[in-house]
Amino acid sequence: MRELSLHILDLAQNCVAAAAKNIHLTVNEDEQGFFVITVADDGRGMSEELVRQVRDPFVTSRKTRKVGMGIPFMDMVAQQCGGHVDIKSSLGQGTEIKAYFEKDNIDRPPLGDLASSIKVLLVGAPEIDVVLDYIRPPRSLHFATKEVREILGPTADFTNPAVYQWVEEYLRQEIARVQGKEDVG
Amino acid sequence: MKSLADLHALREKLKKDIKLRKNEGTVIIVGMGTCGIAAGAREVMAAILDELAVRNLNDVQVRQTGCIGMCEQEVLVDVVRPGEPRITYGKVTPADVKKIIAEHVVNGRIVEDMVVGKLSQD
Repeated sequence: MRELSLHILDLAQNCVAAAAKNIHLTVNEDEQGFFVITVADDGRGMSEELVRQVRDPFVTSRKTRKVGMGIPFMDMVAQQCGGHVDIKSSLGQGTEIKAYFEKDNIDRPPLGDLASSIKVLLVGAPEIDVVLDYIRPPRSLHFATKEVREILGPTADFTNPAVYQWVEEYLRQEIARVQGKEDVG
Repeated sequence: MKSLADLHALREKLKKDIKLRKNEGTVIIVGMGTCGIAAGAREVMAAILDELAVRNLNDVQVRQTGCIGMCEQEVLVDVVRPGEPRITYGKVTPADVKKIIAEHVVNGRIVEDMVVGKLSQD
């Protein structure tokens, strides 16, 4: 994948497939020299055995099909960038996947279009609540679909063009602010 | 500057529109497995969402699906018009989206040269 934001979207699709009601995405661009992505959900979780196997694309059976290639792929990229992927999961509780990439590694893909990944995730799974924390010291942003739902009430439909366009524009503005680019364009 | 306060005004506007949104219209389904995303499904879906917003096509639903095993044909986009066969388009790029929406979604004319599968609904 050309962008870390595509890995984020891909991992979030696993949360959707695992029947999560809440997904918490965290992007921290500098955690002691590492670029760290965390995708946490309250979906059905994985057994210890599945957690052990999930990095290997060739053990994927039909039963585990929902996991697929996404984790092995991200694990490979993280290792190529001097990092690693931690997976914590328990059945019925949820899963947390944390991927570390050396921040300044030449092979680390760029973050890419995070606003587009979030928009596509929300439209595709409009009933799920998503929290995004994007940290780029010293700035950060916190976005929660619950806050949008509280204000919009019964009109909070993320498949409505007026809503998803507002979310995208808002996130683009806030991401630019966090990246110190608010005066550009 | 956008802020969460904008949403109060948006809510009033949406209240008026909410009656206009129906759920019996055409469905567009984008393949969003790892294979689809790697092939550009996010950009295709974003192009679809932009085009629906520009054309104000409020009764079209966009959904996503996982890998269906035709990874080499990704990005896969299905169009299902009510009462018509499910049409699967393959190797869709953002540049193809305007044509698929104008021809098939709006006017009911299948874009034959991009079709990789047809599934009748009965």
